[in-house]
Amino acid sequence: MRIEELREHLCSVYPDLCPLFSVEFGDGTLTVPADRLFSAAQDMRDLGFDLLGMLTAVDRGETFELVYRVRSREMSAAIFLKTEVPRDEPRIPSLVPLWPAADWQEREVYDMFGIVFEGHPDLRRILLPDDWEGYPLRKDYADERIIRRPDYI
Amino acid sequence: MTGQAEACGVDAHLLQTGDELVVNIGPSHPSTHGVCRVIVHLDGEIVTHAEPVIGHLHRGIEKMAENRTYLQVVPLTDRLDYVGSMYANWAYCRAVERLAGIRVPERAEYIRVVMCELQRIASHMMSIGSTGADTGATSAFIYAFNQREQVVDLFEAVCGARLTYNYVRPGGVSFDLPDGWIEQCRAFTRSHPSAMVEIDKLLFGNVIARQRLKGIGVLPAEEAIARGVTGPAARGSGVDWDLRRDDSYSVYPRVDFEIPLGENGDAYDRGRVRLWECVESCRIIDQALAQIEEGPIKAEGLPRLLAPRPGEAYDHIESARGSLGVYLVSDGSVRPYRMHVRSPAFQNLSVLGYLAEGHTLSDLVVILGSLDPVFGEVDR
Repeated sequence: MRIEELREHLCSVYPDLCPLFSVEFGDGTLTVPADRLFSAAQDMRDLGFDLLGMLTAVDRGETFELVYRVRSREMSAAIFLKTEVPRDEPRIPSLVPLWPAADWQEREVYDMFGIVFEGHPDLRRILLPDDWEGYPLRKDYADERIIRRPDYI
Repeated sequence: MTGQAEACGVDAHLLQTGDELVVNIGPSHPSTHGVCRVIVHLDGEIVTHAEPVIGHLHRGIEKMAENRTYLQVVPLTDRLDYVGSMYANWAYCRAVERLAGIRVPERAEYIRVVMCELQRIASHMMSIGSTGADTGATSAFIYAFNQREQVVDLFEAVCGARLTYNYVRPGGVSFDLPDGWIEQCRAFTRSHPSAMVEIDKLLFGNVIARQRLKGIGVLPAEEAIARGVTGPAARGSGVDWDLRRDDSYSVYPRVDFEIPLGENGDAYDRGRVRLWECVESCRIIDQALAQIEEGPIKAEGLPRLLAPRPGEAYDHIESARGSLGVYLVSDGSVRPYRMHVRSPAFQNLSVLGYLAEGHTLSDLVVILGSLDPVFGEVDR
């Protein structure tokens, strides 16, 4: 399936989300509301997207954007699934039941952004010590030990 | 209980006592291949539960990248996978090039392919050598490191560095090939395959090493896919997936090569897949060196300070450990808004607990080595 066919297919399955399906930099992006993430991901997996390649988050100010990159070996296609969760209550269903590959990557996002993955079997910090305070990849993370490079480069 | 005990004809139950003992291995232990701590639950000599505790080498490279210009991030990527710096350099540069719409000259693409295939050999030699050391075959370690040393000499001749190359830059590479380098490289690719046959006999043909490796840490193909394992660790299980062919990038479509696959998914197959990948890498290098033409090695007219338009880009390459991806978010300024590294070593290591269960403690070391983690990349 080529990216255009994939787009048509997704537009027929998700007519309301089709305007949010964009192809930029070569890969398709499907943006879904947080409450539909799990079902959309489940559809993706059933469509043959068997590899969860990458899972990460981006601090967008008021919200955190979650980015999932799923890939189908058979179709030789990849797609980004994106969703947003509010900064004051960052909760999202875990995708470990669909792809066990999400296990450590979700722990890492929890560690770095404080996003809670509901239903994760073992949500603990992974790279930082258990007693670490704060979530370092949030833009408002403050630590006096961080040395800022001067603005003139 | 399966594992080495049974392979050796010993009833695994004889090694069990019914009492559980918790043993802490590492984080600084010669057989953990870096700073990795593993909490092992043992019943007699059998591992009932193993949990890797990572993060001892975490330097916050993703956070540091947000505070540097696009060019200043390149040396940071060297420090990710320090056994294969070229890969992280290249994956990052590809993401920057995609984000900023930079076209890379053909000669630079060929040089990148040659360097990354040499890097694959250097990295796999480290892995195979340490597999030998882990199983008591120290001579294989010396033979493998002899090969690695020759590759590192080639890198030194090109960019002056032997470990952190900082060679691939956005838009091209930092230096052209020096005079006589191509001949030196050809001499290496001529001699390397026979050295691989020798190591194959010495290590993988050795009856002791076979007993230590065969049937150890079996990873079924469907588990490898579901758990996101990529690279030789997955190909050892017969997962026919290699980004060089399946999401072909750079000049890989123009070269002809095979992808070695294992059958059983054990430590033995993972090791041998690496070994034959090195022979295929020699084929790729020879073809690339035959096709390479004179020309520029850097994109022309690149500004000193890159400020790509706002947006996101993801690009990935097949590193010695698997799919290495870099996700970049730009807000239009001269520094990345966010950089994320999709680390194959991190993802491959996550199956350690699954693989080690039911094996003896001494096999845990072999399994860890067969996943070939580099902790600079695991912890980032």
